Amino acid sequence: MIAFILRRLIQSVLVMLAVALIAFSMFSFIGDPVNSMLPENASTEERQALREQLGLDQPVTVQFTRFVTGAVQGEFGISYRNKRPVSEMIAERLPATLELVLAAAVFALLLGVPMGIYAALHPRGILSNLLNVISLIGISVPTFVTGILLILVFSVWLNWLPSFGRGETVQIGWWSTGFLTVSGLKSLVLPAVMLGLFQVTLIMRLVRAEMMEVLRSDFVRFARARGLTNRAVNFGHALGNTLMPVITIVGLQLGSMIAFAIITETVFQWPGMGLLFIQAVSFADIPVMSAYLVLVALVFVAINMIVDLLYFAIDPRLSVQA
Amino acid sequence: MTRSTPAWAEGGDPRYLLGTDNQGRDVLSAILYGSRISLAVGFVSVVLAMAIGIVVGLVSGYFGGMVDAFFMRIADVMLSFPTILVALLISGIARGALPREMHDSAALIVLVFAITITTWVQYARTVRSSTMVERSREYVYAAQLVGRRPFAILFSHILPNVMGPVLVIATINLAMAILIEATLSFLGVGMPPTNPSLGTLIRVGNEYLFSGVWWVVIFPSLTLVALVLAVNLLGDWLRDALNPKLR
Amino acid sequence: MTSSNTPLLSVRDLSICFDTRHGPLRAVDGITFDLAPGEILGMVGESGAGKSLTGTAITGLLERPGRIDRGEIRFEGQRIDTLSAEEMRRLRGRRIGAIFQDPLTSLNPLMTVGQQLIQTIRTHLRLDPGAARKRAIDFLAEVGIPAPEARIDQYPHQFSGGMRQRVVIALALCAEPSLVIADEPTTALDVSIQAQILDLLKRMCRDHGAAVILVTHDMGVIAETADRVAVMYSGRVVEIGPVEKVVRDPRHPYTLGLMQSIPRVGSGVQRLTQIDGAMPRLTDLPPGCAFHPRCPRAFAECRATRPAPLPVEGGHVACHLYQGEPA
Repeated sequence: MIAFILRRLIQSVLVMLAVALIAFSMFSFIGDPVNSMLPENASTEERQALREQLGLDQPVTVQFTRFVTGAVQGEFGISYRNKRPVSEMIAERLPATLELVLAAAVFALLLGVPMGIYAALHPRGILSNLLNVISLIGISVPTFVTGILLILVFSVWLNWLPSFGRGETVQIGWWSTGFLTVSGLKSLVLPAVMLGLFQVTLIMRLVRAEMMEVLRSDFVRFARARGLTNRAVNFGHALGNTLMPVITIVGLQLGSMIAFAIITETVFQWPGMGLLFIQAVSFADIPVMSAYLVLVALVFVAINMIVDLLYFAIDPRLSVQA
Repeated sequence: MTRSTPAWAEGGDPRYLLGTDNQGRDVLSAILYGSRISLAVGFVSVVLAMAIGIVVGLVSGYFGGMVDAFFMRIADVMLSFPTILVALLISGIARGALPREMHDSAALIVLVFAITITTWVQYARTVRSSTMVERSREYVYAAQLVGRRPFAILFSHILPNVMGPVLVIATINLAMAILIEATLSFLGVGMPPTNPSLGTLIRVGNEYLFSGVWWVVIFPSLTLVALVLAVNLLGDWLRDALNPKLR
Repeated sequence: MTSSNTPLLSVRDLSICFDTRHGPLRAVDGITFDLAPGEILGMVGESGAGKSLTGTAITGLLERPGRIDRGEIRFEGQRIDTLSAEEMRRLRGRRIGAIFQDPLTSLNPLMTVGQQLIQTIRTHLRLDPGAARKRAIDFLAEVGIPAPEARIDQYPHQFSGGMRQRVVIALALCAEPSLVIADEPTTALDVSIQAQILDLLKRMCRDHGAAVILVTHDMGVIAETADRVAVMYSGRVVEIGPVEKVVRDPRHPYTLGLMQSIPRVGSGVQRLTQIDGAMPRLTDLPPGCAFHPRCPRAFAECRATRPAPLPVEGGHVACHLYQGEPA
C-alpha cells in the first residue's frame, strides 16, 4: 500500500514537472513581456530594471528552476495586465470556482445516478426511453446555449433567479463562500445547473450501462436464485459493484468540470478562475495562463490519486493484495 | 426604432423574417453569413487535422521507435486535458505571439490553427494502431520485396487501407470542430464581431438578452444546435454506410 | 426409482420460446419428466440442447425475451410456473436452491462470505443475527472449509476456486431447500477438484434430503453421480431412464453415439466413434425427428413425423425404431 502510494506520488511529480515545462515554455512563445508591461516610451534603464526584476536576464535552465521553485511555493510572478501577483488573483477567485464545481457535481450525481439506476432496472420503460432521448439531445446542445436558455427562461421571463455574479458572500478566513447567504445560494442555482447538466447525461448513461452489465453477471443471478429480495439484489449486490467504475469517471470528470467552468463563468459572469483565465487568454497574459494551467493540472493529478486511494478503501480485493 | 421583432410577432417587418438587432441588421442574413464561417472553420480544421494526424500516425506506426514514442507522449499529455482547455491555451498562445492589431484579422487563422492542433491527436492514434496492424501484412512485405521506398509503401499501399476509421472520426470531429469554434468565439477569443461566426453572434446577442430581445440570441443558438445535430446524424449515417458489417 | 406417490417435481410438456425479431424460436419443446424426493437426475446434452434453460425455467428466472409458452411445472404438488414473482422469490433459495457453473464469478466480490450466507439465511429463516452467523459457520464447516470461524469474515477472492464452489454449495443449501438445480457445477474447476466437489454435492444433498437436477454435458459425471438420466437433443428429451440402464444399454441412436464417444479404460475399442454433423440451429430444425439428419439408422418415418416418447424399461425413449416393440 505504501509502496503503491509512493509510486503514484513519483508519477504525479513527473506529470507536474512536464506540465510546468509546458507552462514555462509558453513564456517564450510570445515576444518580450517587458514590452507588454511597460509603456511605449519607457527608457532603456527602466526596461533593463524590469528585465532583471523578472529574472529574464538569466539562462533558460535557471529561469525554469526559478519558475518551478516559485510554483511550488504558489508564486507565479506578476500579471502582465493587472500588475498584481498572480497567486493573489487566483486565491481570490479559487473559492468561487470550487464552490460552483462542487454544487454542479452534487447536482449531477443526485440527478444522474438515480436516473441511471432507474433506466437500468426498467430498460423497456417509457420513462427510460424518454430519458435516453433527452440525454441524446442534451449532448448535442452546446453548454453555453443551455446557459443562455436558462437565463432567458428563469431570469428574463420568470424573473426567479439571478443571472450573474455570486450574490452576497461571507468571508471565512481567506475563503469567500456563497453557501451561507440566500442570495449566494440563489445565484448558484443556474450556473450549477448549466455546468452540471452535461454531466447528468454522462453519469446517467454510464450508470445505466454499468448497472445493466452488473445485473447480467453471475453473482447477481446467483443472488436472485437464492431468493434474496429485489431490493437486496439491486441495491445491496448490484449497485455497489456498479459504482466502482463510476467513481473513477466522476472523479476524472470533476477535473474537466473545472475546465468547463470557464464557459459557465463567462455566461454568468461568475467571478471564478475560469473568468480570470479567459480574460488572460484574450490579453495574452501568460503568467496568469501558466498559473491556471499548473493549478488545473494539479487538481487533475490530485483527483486521480484520490480516486485510486478510494478504490483501496472500497474494494477488498485491492486492500489485501498490497 | 431600428430594431424589429421576427416577422410573425407583433411589430415585425415581413422583410426581416427573424427580426433585426439594435442596429437594424437582419438576423437571418447574419445567421447565413455566420454559418458560412462556422462551417468553413470546421471543414478546414478537420482537413488539416486529418492530414497532420495521418502523416504522424503513418510514420509513428510504420517506423516506431523514438519518433513514435515522442509523438505518442505528446498525444498522451494532450488527451489528458479537456479539449476545450487545450484549444483555449493554444489560441491564447497564438494570440500572444501575434501583435495586438492583428488579432482580429488573423482570428480565422488562429481558430483553425488552435482547433487543428487540438484534434490531430485522435487521427494520429487511430492511423498509428491500424498501420501497426497493416505493417505486417503480406501485401506490405510484397511491396518491400519489390523494392518500393517506405514513403511510397505508406501512402500508396497502407493509407488506403486505414482510411475507413479516419473518415468516421472526421465526421464526428466536424461537429466537434464547429462546437469548439462556437465556444471560443462565444468566449470572445474567436471571430471578432466585425466578421462574426455563429458563436460570435450568440455572444453579441447575449448582451441584449435582458432588454427582452431574445430573437437576436435564440435564432443563432438554434441554428448552431441544428447544425451540430445535423452533422452528428450525418456522421452516424456515414459510419453505418462505410461499415458493411452493420448492414 | 424410490418414488413416493407424489413426485417432488413434475414437469409436463414444458416449452420455452424466445420472441425474436424474426418470430418466436422454440428452445425447449415439450419436455416431460418427474423427480422423486432425494433423487439425483442428470440432464445431459450438447450446448444449446436446452438443459440449462429447463433449470432456469424451474427456478423462475427465465428472462425476456424467453418465456414458458406451454406446459406446466409442479413442485410438491403445487403449480409454480404461474406463481407471481414475489411468491416465486420466496420459493427460491428456501425450497429450490441453485448452483452455478463458475465459482469465481458466482460470489459478490464486495461482500464477505459470511455476509452473503447470513443475508441468505435471514431472508428465508426467522433467525437473529447471532443464530444466523452460527448457522453460517456450521454450514461452512460442513462443506469442508477449514477454520470456518475465521474464514467467514473473508472475501471471496481470498478463497481458491474449489473452496469458492464449496461456499456456493453452502449458499445453495443453507435454507434447506428440497431441490437443488446444479448447472455444470464442476465444469469450471480443475479436474483434480471436480470429483471432490461432486462427492461433496452428493453428500450434502443426501444429508439435507435434497433432490438434485444435475445439468452437465459430461456423461462421466452423470454416470458417477446420478440415479436417473435425461438425454436432451434440440430442446427435446430423447431418452430418460435409470443411469445403469441408459449407460449400459442406450436405446436412442443419439445416446448410443454419446456413449461411444466416451473413452473407456479396458474396453478394447481402438477408436472413439463420433457423431457426424452438428446439432441443428433452432432457426432451421428439420421436420420429424430433430436427430434424423445425423442418425445412422434413420428411415422415412423419421423424416416425416416427430417420435412420441415410448415407455421402455424404467423410462422413456423418443424414437421410431422402438415403435413396434412392446413396452
